[in-house]
Amino acid sequence: MHLTQIKEILDAQVIAGKGDMNQEIDFGYGCDLMSDVLAYVQNNIVLLTGLVHPQVIRTAEMLDIKAIVIVRGKEPGSDLIEMANRRDIVIMTTKHSLFTASGLLFKNGLIGEEIAHNELTF
Amino acid sequence: MNLHFDVEGGEFISAGVASSKVKKVLKQLAIQPEIIRKISVAMYEAEINMVIHAHGGVIDAEIMPDHVHVVLKDEGPGIENIELAMKAGYSTASRLAREMGFGAGMGLANMKRYADILQIESEPGKGTTVEITVKLYPEQA
Ligand SMILES: Nc1ncnc2c1ncn2[C@@H]1O[C@H](COP(=O)(O)OP(=O)(O)OP(=O)(O)O)[C@@H](O)[C@H]1O
Ligand SMILES: [Mg+2]
Repeated sequence: MHLTQIKEILDAQVIAGKGDMNQEIDFGYGCDLMSDVLAYVQNNIVLLTGLVHPQVIRTAEMLDIKAIVIVRGKEPGSDLIEMANRRDIVIMTTKHSLFTASGLLFKNGLIGEEIAHNELTF
Repeated sequence: MNLHFDVEGGEFISAGVASSKVKKVLKQLAIQPEIIRKISVAMYEAEINMVIHAHGGVIDAEIMPDHVHVVLKDEGPGIENIELAMKAGYSTASRLAREMGFGAGMGLANMKRYADILQIESEPGKGTTVEITVKLYPEQA
């Protein structure tokens, strides 16, 4: 799914990385816990999160995540936005909850990244 | 190539700078993205740990022709029982660490998954040293 399409479906505002809206995303992943994102994400995803700590950008950087949707209408600080711009990471904000935003994208054909390993049997 | 970093404790905003720098260097060396990602994730988990569980420390990253070796050394409280700490879900993280999206007890297990070799030495009251080795061309090894 194209980022422009994600923006439309979620009625989102692009607040960082504006130049790169033509990128294609393969899966979605929704999570407020960066520990979990680091443990489970392996593919080209859009990250939906309600966390607005600058470590969200660092986590995205380590995993080569190109786009983040901030849910529940939360407003990230200028430090987060600056970090995203410097790394060409697209940031959008939407008023929808994590559940609704995920559901809207899923309904339109974006599937979730499946969990590839079981943490408890590790 | 050797890269050295001093990591400050309690710096929850800037934590990750060292991992970010190493990632940039590896990208310039045109190493396969999947391999860079393994190094970046393992190193970042360890760097975050030294900020949230200890009071910072020093990192030495050595980039060799066939592998990357990262040593993260802190003089924090140490880990009493490493085997228990490795278990997914075990965490003693503070509220502040949780506010930045960490503290699920997944980090060490994740480092183990992504590192080709992971060595942890720790002495309670003295500190912790984590060593991560990732091969750059695993199929040839
Ligand atoms: N450098 C360190 N110094 C002291 N204790 C540590 C250090 N690294 C890890 N630990 C201990 O090991 C536990 C497990 O670490 P691990 O990285 O797996 O989880 P976490 O950091 O608590 O949460 P997460 O990594 O999921 O954000 C920590 O909660 C802490 O008690
Ligand atoms: Mg950790």
